[in-house]
Amino acid sequence: MNHASPQLRTVTVEREFAHAPEKIWRALTQPHLIEAWLMKNDFVPALHHRFKLQGDWGAVDCEVLEIEPQRSLSYTWAALGLDSVVTWTLTPTAAGTHLRMEQSGFRPDQDQAFHGAQYGWNKFFGALEQVLA
Amino acid sequence: MDQSPDLIFRTLADPTRRSLFERLCREGEQTVGALTAEAGISQPAVSKHLGILKEAGLVKDRPEGRQTHYSAQLKALGPLVDWTQQMARFWESRFDDLDDLLKRMDQ
Repeated sequence: MNHASPQLRTVTVEREFAHAPEKIWRALTQPHLIEAWLMKNDFVPALHHRFKLQGDWGAVDCEVLEIEPQRSLSYTWAALGLDSVVTWTLTPTAAGTHLRMEQSGFRPDQDQAFHGAQYGWNKFFGALEQVLA
Repeated sequence: MDQSPDLIFRTLADPTRRSLFERLCREGEQTVGALTAEAGISQPAVSKHLGILKEAGLVKDRPEGRQTHYSAQLKALGPLVDWTQQMARFWESRFDDLDDLLKRMDQ
């Protein structure tokens, strides 16, 4: 990976866990477990469910966009004046699970616009990173 | 200058503005005329987009005779870099807590 060019648009955190996808899925989708590692919440694993994550510094407004049990979960994340989308991907490995979190900052007004915007931003930041490199 | 990532994202969300800004990043200072020649939209439309980019602090204008030259202000992208760095730190620390929780769930 090339760490020299700044990733302006997307935050990605990945980690390998020695736990089965089923268990990690529970930690990502059960409110009392979510609270133990992320924030207080009223999460329900249902498409288009709107929920809030309550931090010490304020609330994050979220809506479930995609849900595929034990494989992927995606929700909007609106906080501090910026709309973004958080996507979790679970991939089974020999030792457990590879967990990937990607947060992309832009406004997904609708699905089609979401993909359009994603394409546009990718292209834009790709070009920009070449300039800044 | 108090620029929020929100303003910068909103300003650059328009594909035409983004492509004008991208061109200024890539090719350096340009006149409105030169930008219009390749933009495929009218000069007033280009000027309007440049005005919005300027309000967001993303471009700077420099009048010279009858021409106005525009250049990209990469410093204005700072809030975006700050945002990604802050969120990266936030998630790394949340992953640590998730790891702790998963270990507790074993017991």
